[in-house]
Amino acid sequence: MNSTSTHFVPPRRVGIYEPVHQFGMWGESFKSNISNGNMNTPNHIIIPNNQKLDNNLSEDTSHGTAGTPHMFDQEASTSRHPDKIQRRLAQNREAARKSRLRKKAYVQQLETSRLKLIQLEQELDRARQQGFYVGSGIDTNSLGFSETMNPGIAAFEMEYGHWVEEQNRQICELRTVLHGHINDIELRLLVENAMKHYFELFRMKSSAAKADVFFVMSGMWRTSAERFFLWIGGFRPSDLLKVLLPHFDILTDQQLLDVCNLKQSCQQAEDALTQGMEKLQHTLADCVAAGQLGEGSYIPQVNSAMERLEALVSFVNQADHLRHETLQQMYRILTTRQAARGLLALGEYFQRLRALSSSWATRHREPT
Amino acid sequence: MDKVMRMSSEKGVVIFTKSSCCLSYAVQVLFQDLGVNPKIHEIDKDSECREIEKALMRLGCSKPVPAVFIGGKLVGSTNEVMSMHLSSSLVPLVKPYLC
Repeated sequence: MNSTSTHFVPPRRVGIYEPVHQFGMWGESFKSNISNGNMNTPNHIIIPNNQKLDNNLSEDTSHGTAGTPHMFDQEASTSRHPDKIQRRLAQNREAARKSRLRKKAYVQQLETSRLKLIQLEQELDRARQQGFYVGSGIDTNSLGFSETMNPGIAAFEMEYGHWVEEQNRQICELRTVLHGHINDIELRLLVENAMKHYFELFRMKSSAAKADVFFVMSGMWRTSAERFFLWIGGFRPSDLLKVLLPHFDILTDQQLLDVCNLKQSCQQAEDALTQGMEKLQHTLADCVAAGQLGEGSYIPQVNSAMERLEALVSFVNQADHLRHETLQQMYRILTTRQAARGLLALGEYFQRLRALSSSWATRHREPT
Repeated sequence: MDKVMRMSSEKGVVIFTKSSCCLSYAVQVLFQDLGVNPKIHEIDKDSECREIEKALMRLGCSKPVPAVFIGGKLVGSTNEVMSMHLSSSLVPLVKPYLC
């Protein structure tokens, strides 16, 4: 009769400052792996014989029970007992699953720690501004963290990091499929995902603009070359068209007409928003400059300026709306394959700008 | 509100704005770029500003200004105007009212 005991210790959250503990009752080889801080799955996981457990391993893992471990003789067993092959496979699956869980916990821990680090640096900054001397070993700007004490902004910066990673992955995928063969339905799915990914960015920026519109407008969350081309917190819709259009091989007459109209209307909308922004700047400047000379108090000017600044959030949202609509219209005008090429071109353009920023930042470090 | 209905039909293209609203100004610039000379009502300069605001919201505007009427019918605010322009449906609408 097989024992029903299991010898799993529940997965622990691995704190990055804690040494990884041994998992009690497992084999020696596993112990040495773990004490080296090794996150890899051990080669053997000792499980007692019980076929019924194979499908229920996930439920059993949370119970650590005492009992004698059963050692397996791998070679002899599997040739004589095919059910032991099944068991071995199940063990491996379970080991892999646990490994994934541990990794997930570790990553979550890292992300929490990163947020905490951002907060600590912001507090340091605040202390410095208040005149306390703080060691200047860490320059918050060089680490690229936000200068505000805003949790909405800290969250946005982290989300944006993930967004860029996913963007890079999508670009790779598009590149691969466009060089090979892919049916139209699958390609359409890729294209729609890429579009949704951009729309997701606009949604994220809308929340961030509510948290701190100056931050979004400054483009501090982007690389330096991208910032150079910034228009109301992002790329110019007309630039988007300039990047895409050279990559379309053959356009029908209707497409040419539609593209022409889109170029013109996009430019007109952009110009209108630009002029609106200029008016906002003028009125804001007038607000701040108003009042008698030498009044001493600037509170009335600051208060009226604060009211004006609310309008800035609307402008950022409108600019993103324009970007959204431009992408949407291009998608409507082009075929699926053309849209895929366009999205690839756009993605690569931004990747190149980011690469330009890094090269520029490191240019002085090269030995001459 | 009768006043709003009357004001919105005064001319082919009518825009309700506020003098402090820069987004309204942007919409105004866009129509002028298209060759239209819209009638501008700065509701903050009107004694019945509050009522006009409420009436515009009741008509379906998410924000009272800018509110764009073409041919006496409400087209929408900045969002709607921009979407329509990019999808090439704004120009045909304003064609009868070009200067």
